[in-house]
Amino acid sequence: MSEPVTFHFDVEGDNFASAGEASVSIKKILRQLNIDPETIRKVSIAMYEGEINMVIHANGGSADVLIFPDKIRIILEDTGPGIADISLAMQEGWSTAKENVRNLGFGAGMGLPNMKKYTDKMDIESELGKGTKVTMEVFIQ
Amino acid sequence: MTVKQLAEKLSLQALSLPEPDREITGGYAGDLLSWVMGRAQSGDAWLTIMTNLNIIAVASLADTACIIIAENSETTEELVQTAAQKGINLLKSEQPVFSLAAQISAFLAEQE
Ligand SMILES: Nc1ncnc2c1ncn2[C@@H]1O[C@H](COP(=O)(O)OP(=O)(O)OP(=O)(O)O)[C@@H](O)[C@H]1O
Ligand SMILES: [Mg+2]
Repeated sequence: MSEPVTFHFDVEGDNFASAGEASVSIKKILRQLNIDPETIRKVSIAMYEGEINMVIHANGGSADVLIFPDKIRIILEDTGPGIADISLAMQEGWSTAKENVRNLGFGAGMGLPNMKKYTDKMDIESELGKGTKVTMEVFIQ
Repeated sequence: MTVKQLAEKLSLQALSLPEPDREITGGYAGDLLSWVMGRAQSGDAWLTIMTNLNIIAVASLADTACIIIAENSETTEELVQTAAQKGINLLKSEQPVFSLAAQISAFLAEQE
């Protein structure tokens, strides 16, 4: 199998002005690579939600995107507080977002469900006090 | 119906209109960003009163045709400039979301 094309981004915590930049960059790259629009949309939505979660909940982290011929893998890793109960966090409407970010329109508790919905594979590893690693894959149509 | 045509019909103020000929195929109303992200369709006119910078990334990634700020909700110069930079159609109206949605829905139905 051929080597994936890879991209790396550092995501800054609590910076809402630049939040989403890594996802916007990846969208541009996928367009240039002529990936189909539906796949681009799925990757964009899933990666944005994961990126924003690192900004809001984890004081930032890193995003790695691997583009294979048949799929796109997104790895989001942070050293934030971790998620105590992953199945609870996955439920629509569950959120620990604070007032200040809710005022910006975040905190509906829909981010993780969106990530699940728009990807073909999703795996969360998290340890309290250590951090969280989310790995997602979208198959190219 | 293109974004420019809709802007004319509803007398919307065009704050940024880099893609005037983008076709509007539907609409979505909402202020909670991850609802919009998960539910808005590509080509929708997105109606909201949310005006912080993050709406630009959401519109770009969800691939909506335009953002329409309702009720003259306050917008900053930074928002307008970012929209222009990122190629996002950003429009504004004094009308409430409900009324804008009703009119857009009628226009879209007319065209079918
Ligand atoms: N990277 C992370 N580190 C720590 N906690 C997280 C992380 N990602 C998600 N969480 C926890 O999971 C909860 C649910 O996340 P989800 O993205 O579904 O909703 P939200 O971010 O609170 O709101 P929304 O995404 O709708 O704006 C969060 O409120 C937070 O408690
Ligand atoms: Mg979230």
